[in-house]
Amino acid sequence: MNDHHAVFQATPLTRRKQCSEVIAMVVFLLMTSLIVLPLLLIVGYLVYQAWPILSLDFLLTSPKHGMRAGGIWSPLLGTVYLVVLSLVIATPIGVLAAVFLNEYARDNWFTRIVNLAVINLAGVPSIVHALFGLGAFVLFAGLGKSILAASLTLAIMTLPVIIASTNEALAAVPMAFREACWNVGATRWQTIRHIVLPNSMSGILTGVILQVSRAAGETAPIMFTGAVFFKAIREGHLFAYGLFDQCMALSMHLFTISTQVPDVPKALPYGIAVVLLSTVLAVNALAIIVRVYLRSRKKW
Amino acid sequence: MSTVAPSIFSIETKDLNLWYGSFQALKNVSVNIRHGQISALIGPSGCGKTTLLRCFNRINESYGYVTTKGEIKILGQNIYTPDTSLIELRKAVGMVFQRPNPLPISIYENVVFGLRIHSSYGTLKKSKLDDAVEKALREVSLWDGLKDRLHTRATTLQLEQQQKLCIARLLPLKPEIILMDEPCSALDTEATLGIEELMLSLAGRYTMLIVTHNMAQARRVSQECAFMLLGEVVEHARTEDLFLTPREPRTADYIEGRYG
Ligand SMILES: Nc1ncnc2c1ncn2[C@@H]1O[C@H](COP(=O)(O)OP(=O)(O)O)[C@@H](O)[C@H]1O
Ligand SMILES: [Mg+2]
Repeated sequence: MNDHHAVFQATPLTRRKQCSEVIAMVVFLLMTSLIVLPLLLIVGYLVYQAWPILSLDFLLTSPKHGMRAGGIWSPLLGTVYLVVLSLVIATPIGVLAAVFLNEYARDNWFTRIVNLAVINLAGVPSIVHALFGLGAFVLFAGLGKSILAASLTLAIMTLPVIIASTNEALAAVPMAFREACWNVGATRWQTIRHIVLPNSMSGILTGVILQVSRAAGETAPIMFTGAVFFKAIREGHLFAYGLFDQCMALSMHLFTISTQVPDVPKALPYGIAVVLLSTVLAVNALAIIVRVYLRSRKKW
Repeated sequence: MSTVAPSIFSIETKDLNLWYGSFQALKNVSVNIRHGQISALIGPSGCGKTTLLRCFNRINESYGYVTTKGEIKILGQNIYTPDTSLIELRKAVGMVFQRPNPLPISIYENVVFGLRIHSSYGTLKKSKLDDAVEKALREVSLWDGLKDRLHTRATTLQLEQQQKLCIARLLPLKPEIILMDEPCSALDTEATLGIEELMLSLAGRYTMLIVTHNMAQARRVSQECAFMLLGEVVEHARTEDLFLTPREPRTADYIEGRYG
């Protein structure tokens, strides 16, 4: 009896192992919390600083008195225009290109060059996109500094990421589904339309939605191509900008009043930062919801 | 594919060679598969059974790096002529895979998928589709069990039902030939017997070619059997003869379990 008991007693060695096990877990937990901490601190600090100015009016009135007072209506609307237009341009091109690469193209030198181009385009710094946009759209194509030129520039910037994320979503659809379709005589296009696209929609949409926050946050690509420091527009009017107008934008506005304008009330830039950040967080949350919703409907 | 096959064979190959890149997977395969029978294809794994099967509806070509030489006649017609329509070929030659692969749509839609993609939009009447579903599911004896939940997802079925559904999915297109690539290898013994029973009940109406690594299964269901080794067809004979009095020593070695 005693003998049996002794078998399951922890030896000093096992006790030391258990001890290091606990330490390891605590360290990992700490590191994991460290990821969340900065986000909470940033959000907390921004909201605290911006608190006095946050209100619906802040969103709906344009900047006043040399941008030292008023709200952010005109830059907010400008950002919405830029983001929506750039994604309207980039999404169809990106998704269709990815469908071609994934579903039709054979593995040959052409597709390899295209894939290489996509990867490299994704790594180009945004300021380089800005210069390209200035040369190609503003000057060469003669669009001038305009919402259209800036959106095209943003579209070029987001395109490779949309292609890459769509590619990934398509590749996640099991090959067995495609073969099942081909084997009853479906063409490639029928296979794509009936089976591949419906089953990769959540991934494609998530990829596109995540580009919203990227397009909204970038300053460099729009600075030379369509965004201005200040522009007066009619308040409370959704179509206040035209396609060939220049516009204000949130990211640029934040930059301007933080660095170029003296005597700005302290809460103002923080207010803009809060709006930008909450847009990003809201968009990411939307992406997650879309993903979860569409995932729950498909099971294989 | 409407002309009557002049020969008693549904599938005829002559000196068929196939390469994946530079690797030769099929070597001078000449084999004739009898009309309206169940034929089995046996051999150790990697000997080219799947590859041969996938030649018969030209699905191998979806890989870009496959080269094929030789002749394949399906129902008397050479399928490598330029005017062969892959769509018509695949309607006539259906295929069932190793892992059941129902599409991630409802049971009903799985069965009518073929009909839908082969008719222009809006020309199919609901009653016609309903009839097709009932007929196909009855043929694979799924109708009684599933008729009340035709609109649930096919991927929620048990594996045996999924595999039967995959067979049912081919039937509305009125195929002449059904190819099955180890259709039972993902199933347990009981489900395997269920599928075998189904094969026997379909025999006569369709020419069936079954790949299997299960020799007992080959003996139970097939009338003719071909033994493959390293990309070659070593022996092709009536199943009884192949198992009882194999002509080739390599065949004898295999069926006595000396390799593979
Ligand atoms: N898609 C492919 N690409 C390259 N080689 C392949 C491919 N499919 C099969 N092979 C090779 O061809 C040979 C025959 O394979 P397969 O026809 O799958 O054999 P089996 O079905 O008899 O197990 C194997 O050596 C395999 O490695
Ligand atoms: Mg195989």
